[in-house]
Amino acid sequence: MNATTAPTTHTLVVERDLAHPPQKVWRALTQSALLADWLMANDFAPSVGHKFNFRSTPMPQWNGVIDCEVRIVEPEKRLSYSWAALGLETVVTFTLTPNAAGTHLRMEQSGFRSDEDNNYRGATYGWQRFVGNLEQLLARLD
Amino acid sequence: MQATAHNAADDVFRSLADPTRRALFERLSRGGELTVHALTASSGVSQPAVSKHLGVLKQAGLVADRRAGRETHYSARPQGLKPLINWMNHYGVFWRERFDRLEDLLNRMDQ
Repeated sequence: MNATTAPTTHTLVVERDLAHPPQKVWRALTQSALLADWLMANDFAPSVGHKFNFRSTPMPQWNGVIDCEVRIVEPEKRLSYSWAALGLETVVTFTLTPNAAGTHLRMEQSGFRSDEDNNYRGATYGWQRFVGNLEQLLARLD
Repeated sequence: MQATAHNAADDVFRSLADPTRRALFERLSRGGELTVHALTASSGVSQPAVSKHLGVLKQAGLVADRRAGRETHYSARPQGLKPLINWMNHYGVFWRERFDRLEDLLNRMDQ
């Protein structure tokens, strides 16, 4: 790692083909109760400028609160909000594209500083299998 | 603070990158305390090697040891995984898992 390197940012992309039409996926992304079902408890509302929180399980050194603000609302096409937690300021953007099967959903989370990423690049693969056990282990913590 | 979390994650990754250490950690994670003897019997490597691996896991905060007489008893510290979990939350595992839940929700919605 070179200390003189200007910080650049890293974008995480996760994509999924869903066998459901965009209007239904949009509901799951924008109705607070449905959003809570798959993502986290929240006070989201689909209007630009709305400030809201996601609340996950508190951990030592973190209260589990994610601070967000809605940036883009294009019904059934694009949804974007800022996402600030654990000192990281990122932006989450969902893009919905209709396809033959239903909807292609793309999630982009941008703004990760790459200096935090360097040491871990390449470590991403191989960990997936191990991950399943982690939830179980965490469940044992009080 | 950020630097501390960073180094902690680094230690956890390095420790668990080794399959023998991962097996030792998983064995201990199933619960209870085990002696170096017991761990050696099930690991297929020598006792000094097991002790060395346990030392690395301890350094990373993944196991704790307790000396009783001539035996050292080891137990897992699952909270040692937290730096790794913090990291993974930011790197896709979190979202992939949530997308699974989204698919499950979509299948339960009527239209």
